[in-house]
Amino acid sequence: MAAACGRGLLAPLGGRLRACPRASLRSLTSAAPLYDVVVSGGGMVGSAMAAALGHDIHFHDKKIALLEAGPRKEYHLPESYSNRVSSISPGSATLLSSFGAWDHVCNLRCKPFRRMQVWDACSEAIITFEKDDLDDMGYIVENDVVMSAVTKQLDAVADRVEVFYGSRAVGYTWPLPSHSCDTSPWVQVELADGRRLQTKLLIGADGHNSVVRKEAEIQNIEHQYDQSAVVATLHLSEATDNNVAWQRFLPTGPIALLPLSDTASSLVWSTSHEHASELLTMDKESFVDSINSAFWSNVNHSDFIDAAGAMFRSALSLLKPSGTAVRQLPPSVANVDPESRAVFPLGMGHATEYVRHRVALIGDAAHRVHPLAGQGVNLGFGDIACLTHHLSAAAFNGQDLGSLKHLLRFETERQRHNVSLIAAIDLLKRLYSTSLSPLVLLRTWGLQATNALPPVKFFFLLKHTFIRPVHDANAILWNKKW
Amino acid sequence: MRIAEWGEDRPAERKGTESSGTPRRRPCCRRTRGAGGPERDDVGRRGDAPRLRPRPERPAGCGRATVRRLLSTSQSSVDPKEMRKFQLLAHRWWDEQGEYSALHSMNDIRVPFIRDTVLNMGSAYQRGSPLSGVKILDVGCGGGLLSEPLGRLGASVTGIDPLEENIRAADQHKSFDPVLAKRIQYKCGSLEEIVEESVETFDVIVASEVVEHVADLEMFIKCCSQVLKPGGSLFITTINKTQLSYILGIVVAEKIAGIVPEGTHEWEKFVPPEELERLLEANSCSVKTVNGMLYNPLTGSWSWIESTSINYALHAVKSGDQAQTSQTEPLSEMESEQCSATAGTSV
Repeated sequence: MAAACGRGLLAPLGGRLRACPRASLRSLTSAAPLYDVVVSGGGMVGSAMAAALGHDIHFHDKKIALLEAGPRKEYHLPESYSNRVSSISPGSATLLSSFGAWDHVCNLRCKPFRRMQVWDACSEAIITFEKDDLDDMGYIVENDVVMSAVTKQLDAVADRVEVFYGSRAVGYTWPLPSHSCDTSPWVQVELADGRRLQTKLLIGADGHNSVVRKEAEIQNIEHQYDQSAVVATLHLSEATDNNVAWQRFLPTGPIALLPLSDTASSLVWSTSHEHASELLTMDKESFVDSINSAFWSNVNHSDFIDAAGAMFRSALSLLKPSGTAVRQLPPSVANVDPESRAVFPLGMGHATEYVRHRVALIGDAAHRVHPLAGQGVNLGFGDIACLTHHLSAAAFNGQDLGSLKHLLRFETERQRHNVSLIAAIDLLKRLYSTSLSPLVLLRTWGLQATNALPPVKFFFLLKHTFIRPVHDANAILWNKKW
Repeated sequence: MRIAEWGEDRPAERKGTESSGTPRRRPCCRRTRGAGGPERDDVGRRGDAPRLRPRPERPAGCGRATVRRLLSTSQSSVDPKEMRKFQLLAHRWWDEQGEYSALHSMNDIRVPFIRDTVLNMGSAYQRGSPLSGVKILDVGCGGGLLSEPLGRLGASVTGIDPLEENIRAADQHKSFDPVLAKRIQYKCGSLEEIVEESVETFDVIVASEVVEHVADLEMFIKCCSQVLKPGGSLFITTINKTQLSYILGIVVAEKIAGIVPEGTHEWEKFVPPEELERLLEANSCSVKTVNGMLYNPLTGSWSWIESTSINYALHAVKSGDQAQTSQTEPLSEMESEQCSATAGTSV
């Protein structure tokens, strides 16, 4: 018996056993309730994961638990908009509708946008994204609204999903991968109030400072950007058909204006730490002026770049007459909501492994990105779609839910998708953080070319924003094979 | 006791050796393992398939009784040599990367095969438990590798295995999951031992990677048929007896690639699907599907293929017609009469 245990611990590196550390030889605590899946972290991604599993047909007789450190919040839609909003891609919307949450979102508050204009502060280059048939490209939704919708759907499957509010997990005990001893094969979770749970699969959705990831000793590649994001709710000078998302790359960082309604927009301005604290403390008028000038001023233009850009543009117009676009100006801002200004630091992170024996990481626990592409929560929803698909298939095959076999398939699929996108976002961030002429020229021409050549642009847009998330979500919706 | 086998044939010899003073060598190496009545002598040497050998000084009328008693004796389809092979690896069942990794990954195709076939046969589908209400017998369950997924899908599974160590490993593994502990029951013993108390009790019998280790295949199939409800399904996965299966299944799998521990399989005991079909038809089970399976050692996964030259899976259904089951009786009568007819001719 002991020899077999030893062999399990000294697994060869070539084998993909991925044993977690501190495999305790404590005897089984049969008193602790056993769950099939425990999701640690009740944010947007964690709650949506629990809801997606709870509504899955093959999880009908399974027990799921969701651990949330905060208290349960009863949500009543306030008059004013919250300053934390997310850009929800159509793929994520499909996922939310697969368990009935999207209807609640639409009934509460959400703003679809049809066009996205992204342009440089140092040149005339712009790129616009829009779908040919004028469908919605994405939706700007307040995070509280998403949470409320998901919580409502969690309540609908309360017989299968047990939500533990005010419960912070303080310790995890990992099982031996090859269970041949007398110890429990399940993950033991210890809560702050002393309660214990056992689970066949632990899903870590506890944010970029994930405790699950740290306790499992999964290496995380992380990097703090020298930028902070300033968020605020803005009021426009005049009511307009506000269905365009605007983003301008300044040398200090991108500034984005996301539509909330015909008269209100949300600001996400990533800039240096000093500038961010300045913006936070300055008076309303100066703040509004800074925003307007950030979008409208041409102070960063240089003649050289302008000339080079114009030459390239005329060359392109020979190839593709309709390929060049006229730069439009975003609506001007008149006022900012009081108390809506906030700052939070930005960073990038990627876990080297998303899964271990009986553990999986999703959302910010697995990857953290710069908000410049509006992809943060969409990557998390994509993780949910993929993991739910694999767990559902495993449940229908009677497999052990914590088995590495299907967890590794989830990891491979998501890493293949995420790594290129995260690297691209990081690259864009660095490329646009400079006003050095060669790089500005490169990105100017790059942007113009991408804008002019629809297949390139369309492919880029499709691949990163739509295809994978929609595919993933459709697979859940219709239980198709990949 | 068992020496009677020799004593009866040659009484003169025995007397002779005793009087000469040399101790008579007891043919202990010829004894078979396990208890049993005098009829056990017919079972013959260890490792040999038992045959209905003619017994010289038996009256002809006892032929049928002999056959009947043979069916009810224990362990007659169990081969002790095979049991020893598995005894050594009894603690390795649940190591997914260990010696049984190929069996673990076979679940990816055999469980959906069983599940979908049973679902298609029209039982009401209960959400989350596709096999709810189905009684399954897993013959040669080993450590419970196949019993557990079937149990998770809602079936009530009885797993039997002649090796005590396997049953212990299986019991221990299921004990941590209260749902499985309730749905699965493991019993140590052979198929023949449970035949009498379990006639027509099971909806499904699964004999996966078992028939190539069995001593008497005819008896095994007959017992399966007896224990299966009319209209019930029998699933068998095994290895075909072809040149290709020798090359890939023995030479490559055991000696070269080490997919299966060496000595696990004997090519002589591999069963071609035609023979299996013949035996099944003789026991009023009609074969519905035969699918070939292929193991890819690089990916460690199984897939379905057209050809049944190496591994294959078979699904048969026991006929629901009562009249057909009685046809097997006259056959055994004929067989035993033949035995007794030749009895007189041999010496």
